[in-house]
Amino acid sequence: MFILAVIALFIAMVLVLIRLFVGPSLYDRVLALNSFGTHTVLFIGVVGFLNGRPDFLDIALLYALINFVGTIAILKFFRYRAIGDVRRDTAETDG
Amino acid sequence: MQAVIDILSWIFIIGGSFFAIVGAVGLVRFPDFWSRLHAVSVTDSAGVILLIVGMALQAGLTLVTVKLLLILAFLFITGPTSTHAVANAALVSGLKPRSSVDRDDADAATQDDKAGPT
Repeated sequence: MFILAVIALFIAMVLVLIRLFVGPSLYDRVLALNSFGTHTVLFIGVVGFLNGRPDFLDIALLYALINFVGTIAILKFFRYRAIGDVRRDTAETDG
Repeated sequence: MQAVIDILSWIFIIGGSFFAIVGAVGLVRFPDFWSRLHAVSVTDSAGVILLIVGMALQAGLTLVTVKLLLILAFLFITGPTSTHAVANAALVSGLKPRSSVDRDDADAATQDDKAGPT
């Protein structure tokens, strides 16, 4: 029965990838990337359960952490053109 | 008793994968960015909760369930936060939602054309 969940999650990930490539604006792509990450977390968990090796969940937890950090990093980069220290002049141009 | 738990966990898992697909289909088919935010939050909330509770039922009261609840707690915190961050970044960069209430159509047309960096 876990096979059903794996196939369903696979279809969902393919759909999210379609939005990732088609997405008109940058923020559609970031949204699709974030959703793809969440699907990957679930996919790792379900595959771990499928193979009877629940220690995959550590990987799933790590992936959830990295996914969040990655989304915020992308947003920060496109907002301030820099991930590191935000220079005063770019920080002032808030919308 | 074990059969009841098994059946219950299968129901949760099937429900969770169903909502994962619903969210993904919504993400593809919704017209503009702002409605897609809702589609993503469907998978982030219903899909995640049902699937993780289904797996937790399957695993019973072991360390695995603790890890699953940890993942659930973390996704609870980061899901809405990252969706909000994306929405805020989009709004600040000029991707205006199509609300015909507070602006007249002439202004709406021009603003939509130059909205959002491609």
